Amino acid sequence: MSDKTMSAEEAVSRLRSGMTLGIGGWGSRRKPMALVRALLRSEVTDLTVVSYGGPDVGMLAAAGRIRELVAAFVTLDSIPLEPHYRAAREGGAFALTEIDEAMFMWGLHAAANRLPFLPVRAGIGSDVMRVNPRLRTVTSPYEDGETFVAVPALRLDAALVHVNRADRLGNGQYLGPDPYFDDLFCEAADEAYVSCEQIVDTAELTKAAPPQSLLLKRHTVTGVVEAPNGAHFTSCAPDYGRDEAFQKRYAATPWPQFAARYLAGDERAYRAAVEEES
Amino acid sequence: MSGESVSGETVGGQSVSGVTRAEYCVIACAEAWRGAGEILASPMGLIPSVGARLARHTFAPDLLMTDGEALLVGLDGTVEGWLPYRQHLALVTGGRRHVMMGASQIDRYGNQNIACVGDWARPTRQLLGVRGAPVNTLNNPTSYWIPRHSRRVFVERVDMVCGVGYDRAAGARHHRIPRVVSDLGVFDFATPDRSMRLASLHPGVSVEEVREATGFALVVPDEVPPTREPTAAELRLVREVIDPHGSRAREVAA
Repeated sequence: MSDKTMSAEEAVSRLRSGMTLGIGGWGSRRKPMALVRALLRSEVTDLTVVSYGGPDVGMLAAAGRIRELVAAFVTLDSIPLEPHYRAAREGGAFALTEIDEAMFMWGLHAAANRLPFLPVRAGIGSDVMRVNPRLRTVTSPYEDGETFVAVPALRLDAALVHVNRADRLGNGQYLGPDPYFDDLFCEAADEAYVSCEQIVDTAELTKAAPPQSLLLKRHTVTGVVEAPNGAHFTSCAPDYGRDEAFQKRYAATPWPQFAARYLAGDERAYRAAVEEES
Repeated sequence: MSGESVSGETVGGQSVSGVTRAEYCVIACAEAWRGAGEILASPMGLIPSVGARLARHTFAPDLLMTDGEALLVGLDGTVEGWLPYRQHLALVTGGRRHVMMGASQIDRYGNQNIACVGDWARPTRQLLGVRGAPVNTLNNPTSYWIPRHSRRVFVERVDMVCGVGYDRAAGARHHRIPRVVSDLGVFDFATPDRSMRLASLHPGVSVEEVREATGFALVVPDEVPPTREPTAAELRLVREVIDPHGSRAREVAA
């Protein structure tokens, strides 16, 4: 069986401009930030980003890497409105496909199940239909005759997710309270790159945690990146909480200054810069 | 005070009984979950959270509540269930939930906006995004909490319909907006055309004040009752057990 370990740079080197990229986590929680930082150091651009958005979206939008965003929200949780995302959006920096949280989930389910769409009781009557004029509806073929939104599959060229543990084969484990939708992102994608706090032997995974914590299955994973603190400054329960002080700094610092200070060097330089000021 | 007002006497923002405006808001929010049974209470915002806890402590003991993340918890924090986002979304579509959301804008039919201000294509102010408002409003009862009632929030027309109002729901089978609670009063849609109606005034507020702060023509019945008084036991629960540090006053001043 193949060893899928690689560096964040190697993972990002397999991405191409123009791709549709799914990013796991939720808001400012368990975001694959080390992979996003590696992406920001690359030349990859013109992305369609699909995300329950947090600072991943804020950074990629501020850096001008997004052509189109598919999202239901973008938030930093403890700071409700993501300032860099807001500035980019108010500046008309990218196209937005704004859909409801449930529509988003069913779009991923459809992609994972190789279906063109799934019907969902959401969106009708709202301006989601107005701002997404290509959205179609479907009528129940049964007696009820109800009309639903046919959410198109959110098929992804690649997915980036972050979990607590993984083995070298690509089996990924989450130890926090919420899986978010990371397994769906991997199943909906042609390639999935998983960063983790720690790579362990396969047998280690279930020594102290139940098998249902094994969220990602290796057949859906292309590459495994060991990235301790790789979700920083978002949370990665139970390994660490959100770095609220750093998040505040991120939100309060103009993007060019933040990028110059924290993203000009590699991941080691990032960590050093973070530690210097904490 | 306006002649139309039926509210009690007030001194320095407090009613003569010593109940604060924030506490009337708590009671008005709590009432949203009366008789709700074994469903999930999803309060967003501080005062709705205090209200939901008060309801569970008293007249709605079967309510389910979350820790704000992935766990179902009792009033003392005891974990009784697991509700990660994906299951939360299934619970929404199953209908066994009553959410009280915020609104950056709301119109007379209950259309709600939390996405952006201005033209959606190029907003003057980008806000949160539609979040789950479209799915909420077609599947489970959705109420709203607005801590600062103003013409900026209660508008003639919302810029982006996130939560679906009565005029746009076209009788969707599970659509229901039981109430809107603001710092001035309680509103419902118990009118022939399902437009917003003043259902009760918090003591100390006049009808004129509400009209002045609302950007559309509100339906005002001839007799507007006051928002009910909390019982002594409810006041004690709010002040000593649920919110002993008085954080409710930060959301709505005395």
